[in-house]
Amino acid sequence: MAPKKIVLRFGPDISDKPIIYRLVKDYDLVVNILKANVNPQKEGTMVLEITGDQVDGGMNYLRDQGVQVQALTQEIVRDEERCIMCGGCTAICPTGALYLERPSMEVRFDGDNCVVCQLCLKICPVRAMEVKL
Amino acid sequence: MEKSYAEINAKIKTGKAVVLTADDFVSLAEEKGLAAAARQVDVVTTGTFAPMCSSGAFLNLGHPAPRMKMQKVWLNGVPAYSGIAAVDVYIGATEVPEDDPLNSNYPGEFRYGGGHVIEDLVARRPVRLKATSYGTDCYPRRELETTITIDDINEAFLFNPRNAYQNYNCAVNLGSRTIYTYMGMLKPNLGNAHYSTSGQLSPLLKDPHFRTVGIGTRIFLGGGVGYVAWHGTQHFPSIQKSPDGKTLGPAGGTLAVIGDLKQMSPRWLKGISFVGYGASFAVGIGIPIPILDEEIALYAAASDRELYAPVVDYSEAYPSRTPGNMGYVSYAELKSGRIKVNGKEVPAAPLSSYPKAREIAGILKQWIEQGRFLLTEPVQLLPSPADGISGKALKG
Repeated sequence: MAPKKIVLRFGPDISDKPIIYRLVKDYDLVVNILKANVNPQKEGTMVLEITGDQVDGGMNYLRDQGVQVQALTQEIVRDEERCIMCGGCTAICPTGALYLERPSMEVRFDGDNCVVCQLCLKICPVRAMEVKL
Repeated sequence: MEKSYAEINAKIKTGKAVVLTADDFVSLAEEKGLAAAARQVDVVTTGTFAPMCSSGAFLNLGHPAPRMKMQKVWLNGVPAYSGIAAVDVYIGATEVPEDDPLNSNYPGEFRYGGGHVIEDLVARRPVRLKATSYGTDCYPRRELETTITIDDINEAFLFNPRNAYQNYNCAVNLGSRTIYTYMGMLKPNLGNAHYSTSGQLSPLLKDPHFRTVGIGTRIFLGGGVGYVAWHGTQHFPSIQKSPDGKTLGPAGGTLAVIGDLKQMSPRWLKGISFVGYGASFAVGIGIPIPILDEEIALYAAASDRELYAPVVDYSEAYPSRTPGNMGYVSYAELKSGRIKVNGKEVPAAPLSSYPKAREIAGILKQWIEQGRFLLTEPVQLLPSPADGISGKALKG
């Protein structure tokens, strides 16, 4: 089964609970934390890659706990109007989510390969890459 | 086979001119042979859409009542040069607001600068104008704050002193830390390579000896019509040679271009930001090359395999102004996305938009085919490699 990438958002009220521990233990999921920014009493975010038979049950558990769950592809978006297809992001993007199609040399963005490292936000000269909240 | 500007223009006017983009001309010459391609085609259109820092616009803001000298001027908080006549200013593409943190929190973001102001103007968005001055008997007003659009002011023309670089370095980083340059973010230990021309579509790579591009050449500029005003600053045209004497295409020429900003489009003029470096401006330029004879056709038919960029280290060699380079790579290799530097395979990426360059060459082709755009014979040709101009180093 292909791993599913998700983004979790924790409110300040639940950021100190052992939610990932319960997710792994109670739903027997293999969890790979790609990115985490969780601090006590603050809003936190986490990017996970999860595999297992009980993914749906796990997601319901997270929602019951008040965690917002989103598919990862919703997170980084490209403003197609703004993008000038220069290609400057394509040798920086660590996963190849931003790449040049050849021979047209058009820049493509494959959200499935994006790990939301946000490097493209910083280096895009026209600021065409955005985090969608 | 020789053609004159007048003959080509007569064909354009009657809709009979054969116009090809440089991409298509390269293919045609490979397929049919150079002589046949030269006979068949009247005009080859080129294009480039890339960061061109040495750009800016002259604006005449008009006088308020009472009149004002406008000694200092800011547009959306970005200072414009006003050391010329009253209410004339020049907004330069790389200027940033005085309160910009610059690189104090390295690498700085440089989110907004003069290029963005010009983009806002050409997009017909309102722009905040602030001016201060000492008072004079003829210009008594000392302060002004208002909002303008491009349609509210008298003149707005782009005048870019150094655009359309004939060729440019392929930038790499031999150092051990990430660096932030006008060639983008360069990862340490040859982590990536950035280049910035459109190769076989790029205007001046197709006219290495400046046989057709000269003062008065009518061009596509920022989505409208512009003209070559002069050779650009740092115009040092030359023909690159490998150590064994092989010709590796031209380098070093630049153009100063001018055009009415009011008829241009924000699609082809974009404010840009280079993290850790500064604000800049992406400009779309397309230049028609009249195929006057077979020699001009030969140059216009040069393919990505015959045009080369020098590889330059931006961690040490470039900033210290060490002459030389680390060898040459062809645009065909660069466009493949992988080049070899010091025996290591390095991912290569452009900063110059090839799809947009192709689109510009296509638009210019269409304008000419529709008879809307006639070619101009240069009033004067520009210095060529034969003139042997080279850069001076500043003492200090």
